[in-house]
Amino acid sequence: MSVSLPHALSVWRRNASMYRRTWKWNILPNFFEPVLYLLSIGIGVGAYITEMSGTSYIAFLAPALVCVAAMNGASFEVTYNIFVRLTFEKAYDAMLTTPIEPDDVLAGEILWAVTRACIYGTCFYIVLAFFGLTPFPSSLLVFPLIPLAGLLFAAIGIVFSLKIPHIELFSFYYTLFLTPLFLFSDVFFPLKERLSEPWLWVAEALPLLHPVRLARAAFRGNFSPILLWDFAYLVGVSMLLLVWARRGVRQRLTN
Amino acid sequence: MIVQLRAVSKSFGSRLAVDNLSLDVPAGICFGLLGPNGAGKTTALRMIYGVTRPSSGTVRVFGIDIARDPRAVRARLGVTLQQNVLIEALSPKENLRVFGRYHLLSEPELSRRIDEVIDFLELRSHAHLPVRQLSGGFQRRLAIALSLMNRPELLILDEPTTGLDPAVRLALWSRVRDLRAGGTTVLLTTHYMDEAQRLCDRVAIISGGKVIEQGAPANLIVSHLAPETVEFDCASGEEAALLSGLSLPLRRRLRVGRRVMIYLENAAPLIDHIRHRDQGDRRAMVARPTNLEDVFLALTGASLEGGQ
Repeated sequence: MSVSLPHALSVWRRNASMYRRTWKWNILPNFFEPVLYLLSIGIGVGAYITEMSGTSYIAFLAPALVCVAAMNGASFEVTYNIFVRLTFEKAYDAMLTTPIEPDDVLAGEILWAVTRACIYGTCFYIVLAFFGLTPFPSSLLVFPLIPLAGLLFAAIGIVFSLKIPHIELFSFYYTLFLTPLFLFSDVFFPLKERLSEPWLWVAEALPLLHPVRLARAAFRGNFSPILLWDFAYLVGVSMLLLVWARRGVRQRLTN
Repeated sequence: MIVQLRAVSKSFGSRLAVDNLSLDVPAGICFGLLGPNGAGKTTALRMIYGVTRPSSGTVRVFGIDIARDPRAVRARLGVTLQQNVLIEALSPKENLRVFGRYHLLSEPELSRRIDEVIDFLELRSHAHLPVRQLSGGFQRRLAIALSLMNRPELLILDEPTTGLDPAVRLALWSRVRDLRAGGTTVLLTTHYMDEAQRLCDRVAIISGGKVIEQGAPANLIVSHLAPETVEFDCASGEEAALLSGLSLPLRRRLRVGRRVMIYLENAAPLIDHIRHRDQGDRRAMVARPTNLEDVFLALTGASLEGGQ
């Protein structure tokens, strides 16, 4: 059975209906987080740094934080929210009494997580524009990048959510996975200038590194062949994880 | 046949949940699957709407093989799960809207249908309050309303009234009768025998994943037991003496702990006999019509006569 887009959209609309109720409370903390980093690290710490990789520190930081916003937007949705729907609310069991199939559930949820990534990424972009940190028109290229970054973190998060037995394990996901990614993915300093050659190869495995590099290139408007690798990583790893997630969703929802 | 199960088995690892089950649910009736918790009722239902795949055997619904086209089958049936699945932050109306979209209903049909099911299940008074503020009975009615959004030809109710107060149960039973009168086929599971007896045209009694008996409730009572029941407490050693010298034909005796149930054509002579034996000691006795619960006990529970 393949995905039926209208059914996947009905799953998406379920989440959108709920989000319309709660977005004011939901969006503020997640939205403020990168803003606070921008102010504290970008403007505060940045004042002591004359330049980084050829730009002002805040201009170095800004595009990376767009990716962090997208990562956060997608992650919360596919971790706690999906786990609750799956385990406690049994929302998917109800969906499967209708013509919705497990593949539609997965597609709808991924689409919704990507939507949230877009909401967060776009809001943060607007904040950057307010600070005059979005070079026009090249920085507009992050708009196709935001959903791709959202897709990658939606796929990673959903696989994790399908595998864990207890909701408490999400604290590992946040403190031992997302936080280190945030700190060591070219967001605050260029890995290339701080790591030795072998470690640089290891760092290429970090998922946040690739959207960050692409976003920074977009803001600067300079492109290099390594970006093709970043793009391939984003798409390829997302697809691999989605194939895995697809199996996981079927196993959890049907037997 | 609306639902047809042929030699269906399902095992989870080494546990056989459904064992060679064959069932026919004809159109327009209310069919009950009865059995204790863990008998395999929910597994049987899940195989009927296609989320549990049988290990062997075939399931056809509306004549369609569920394994081949689950979407086509599920478009025409409605399921109320044992646990209410509601979005607590949203109102009943919004819940119905979300669920109607799963069936790809769109405006204006969606709004029209929401109004219809709200009226049918009398949800109007609280249709705009968040679901989390509603009583258990109201939430259950809403859960049933959701499963009616697509005007199902087959309505599947898994334990529809478990945990509800008597007034709500009565109201729900009457709605189920209305649906059946309107041509909907109803398939329900329950472990309340009174519910089955009041609602169902036919029942299948399931135990250990097998159908151990099926038929119309009244026929099952007559064929397994007898129309009347006398019930009283009595120690097992005392029983033979109490009943000795009785000339009446007793169709069957059952014992659960100290409680003895005797099934027979006519209760009055037995009560007189016991009163006589008790010699003025007013033993508490109940004479009542035999019900499906007795049949269920007779078929699955402990029997005095050691399995006769």
